[in-house]
Amino acid sequence: MPDDDYLESLEGSYYVQGRDFVDAGIVSSEIKKSLKEKGMPEDIIRKVAVITFEAEINIISYAEQGTIQMFIRPDAITIEANDVGPGIADIELALQEGYSTADESIREMGFGAGMGLSNIKKFSDVFELTSEIGKGTRLKSVVKLNGQ
Amino acid sequence: MKLSEIRDILDARVIVGEDKLDLEITTAFGADLMSDVLAFARSGCLLITGLSNPQAVRTAYALDIAAILVCRGKSLTDKFIEIAKELGIPILWTQYIMFESCGKLFQEGVTGCIRKASEVEDKHIA
Repeated sequence: MPDDDYLESLEGSYYVQGRDFVDAGIVSSEIKKSLKEKGMPEDIIRKVAVITFEAEINIISYAEQGTIQMFIRPDAITIEANDVGPGIADIELALQEGYSTADESIREMGFGAGMGLSNIKKFSDVFELTSEIGKGTRLKSVVKLNGQ
Repeated sequence: MKLSEIRDILDARVIVGEDKLDLEITTAFGADLMSDVLAFARSGCLLITGLSNPQAVRTAYALDIAAILVCRGKSLTDKFIEIAKELGIPILWTQYIMFESCGKLFQEGVTGCIRKASEVEDKHIA
């Protein structure tokens, strides 16, 4: 269970509507703006921006709805993306670069080539993905602030 | 080179950012797949793409990409232009296809923001 300190470090919580392709990316832009205002290091901001962008695209592409939450503590920024949706049957397969179940509307946005989850993993210092079929998917990504 | 020179080399139209034509651009990245841009592009580069939707602008914003060149004369929506203005990202628009756009800029000294995919540090991939 997360401790109280962690829960208190919640910086922002954003709702993401499934299949809302027009506004896809707006949450990631908002998160980036807020990190800029806080004067976070640029490389950290870019990592979080990429992670939240791909996570947002995933919720919009595959889930009914979801939330993206950002927690900021002195040593790390944690992103949690939780969705209500079909879930992922085979997580190992979903993490393989190039594997995708995307439809045409997702490809038209410039995504859906099976890179999203591996991009998130690449930019994360800690990466956890769990899913329940027919219920939804939970992603946790940590970007450490001390560089390691 | 300056953004204004890129405009001239590619007979491009400035759609957003008339006030930013003095911006210095030395590197570029060309792709239509935004996940590849997110994986490989570097901040400060020019994004050359045929994808003219809001996600291209948001991708550029996420990575601090300096400007976007829309190639192949792709049509631009009001939404695309509105978001580029909102996020302060200059947009150039050219009829040249991506290969020609890249080639002409490379010839004039603009280089890739990375040269090979293997240059990207992927210490987090097991």
